[in-house]
Amino acid sequence: MITVDRLTKTYGGYRAVDDVSFECRPGAVTGFLGPNGAGKSTTMRIIAGLTPATSGSALVSGVNYPDIPNPGTQIGVLLDASAQHAGRTGREILALSALTMGLPMSRVDEMLQLVSLTPSESKRRVKNYSLGMRQRLGIANALLGDPKILILDEPANGLDPAGIHWMRGLLREYANRGGTVLLSSHLLHEIEVIADEIIVIGNGKIVAEGTKAELLQTAGTFVKAGDPSALANALTSAGLTSAPSGDGGLRTEADPATVGKAAAAAGVALVELRPAEGAGLEEMFLQLTAETQRETITPEGAGA
Amino acid sequence: MSTAAPITIDTARPGVPLGRLIKVELRKMFNTRSGFWLMLSIAIVAAIATVAIIIFADGDDLSFGLFAQGIGIPMAIVLPVIAILSVTSEWSQRTGLITFTLVPHRGSIIAAKAIAAIIVGIAGMLIAYAIGALGNIGGSAIAGVDPVWDTSLVNLVTIILANVLGLLIGFTLGVLIRNSAGAIVGYFVYSFVIPSILGFLAFSQDWFEKLQPWIDFNDATLPLFDGGPSGEEWAQIGTSGLIWLVIPMTFGIWAVLKSEVK
Repeated sequence: MITVDRLTKTYGGYRAVDDVSFECRPGAVTGFLGPNGAGKSTTMRIIAGLTPATSGSALVSGVNYPDIPNPGTQIGVLLDASAQHAGRTGREILALSALTMGLPMSRVDEMLQLVSLTPSESKRRVKNYSLGMRQRLGIANALLGDPKILILDEPANGLDPAGIHWMRGLLREYANRGGTVLLSSHLLHEIEVIADEIIVIGNGKIVAEGTKAELLQTAGTFVKAGDPSALANALTSAGLTSAPSGDGGLRTEADPATVGKAAAAAGVALVELRPAEGAGLEEMFLQLTAETQRETITPEGAGA
Repeated sequence: MSTAAPITIDTARPGVPLGRLIKVELRKMFNTRSGFWLMLSIAIVAAIATVAIIIFADGDDLSFGLFAQGIGIPMAIVLPVIAILSVTSEWSQRTGLITFTLVPHRGSIIAAKAIAAIIVGIAGMLIAYAIGALGNIGGSAIAGVDPVWDTSLVNLVTIILANVLGLLIGFTLGVLIRNSAGAIVGYFVYSFVIPSILGFLAFSQDWFEKLQPWIDFNDATLPLFDGGPSGEEWAQIGTSGLIWLVIPMTFGIWAVLKSEVK
């Protein structure tokens, strides 16, 4: 269990983490979602005792991280899969961690097998690894000491769809056995696939949190017509407010039947009409991202 | 899901003992390709220096002291670099993210690194001596003279001490700068640029010439290579070591303990 309480970290005048509080329960995968630079990694580094907090606290089952004896055997941490010595072999990196924790070397082979790194891959130097292989190695390293709590920063980054599916299975089973998982991602899709609970962070502040079901369930309709402006006029004249969503589509709070009738009354031909499931979270996330985005946004279909 | 049992942290579990950390740090020095060759370079450099002395020195001048001195010069560069990299790679290669989460007591890690570097330094010097001794025997045989063993045991120990002090200068630069290239450049500045500046000052200013041995660590440690220091010279090693070693290292370790690991 991880308890973060009113955590704040400032760099000069910049608040990287701003009064953040949340809890990660055992038996659940908690997804930490936010655009790049939102404060996810800083929060995780503070939990792991690498970055001192300006104020507030981050405790692991009531204990300050530096006070955990042999922490690798109680809490598994992966903060950056690329932060490995490029000249070391994958196997050697795990061997160093096992030696530090006082584990038998057989544990290294078990973990390599668990993350599907072959013996020949494990003898290659990390500079020759793809990002996906580094992630697998990093996860092996985090799981090495058989911890009950996992903290993973962007673990799905660089994994192919099959790899993400594999990680979902791995973390699902880990949580089902009673483990606590906190993982971060800047991709809504990854979090949707893997997490049970979602914490959304933007500009250092928590902007939404809840179970996946709560956050993804939003009343409303996604509607799209061949002539978007005609559709917008039709909805407005029917007294429905709408907002652009996806490429050329609109989203409104009304239910699909009302929207359909309004469009039919105005004689607008629809190409798509469906409940806007999850669109609320996606739009909120896109808004968050928009502030840090350099290009103009072309959102994908809002239904995700 | 909310029915899962609460997870407790076992605070009574034994921590990671220092001996294990020293083993880990020693292993880290050898288990990369560059680290391995750097270690091997101790023997290679000693062998090259030995061969060069056999080729270029006069047969009558050959003595173990000559070999020990010839080997000591390249060693004074290799050993500090080993110490520097053992510290800075945690930052430059960012392995500190793992090292300092597995052992959240940075002081223990830094202590383990210092001890590991000193072990390597002493072992490296002993290997270098062995190669030098072989060179003295072989070189004298080639030149047709009796091998001369002119270096006292005490002097052999003070030469090792001088090299360990040099290695600790590298270690200090490592904790202060925490960047491989920067710290290595810093070491070259320390061992080549600063002595010429201080030497020039002493040459041009009388008052500084008297002061120099007390504040110039490079200068103060020279007697260690050459027969062993006198009482006053030991005191000079002490005062200049305070300035160049103890104070900066204290500050560097404090910075490591306080800094953010990214």
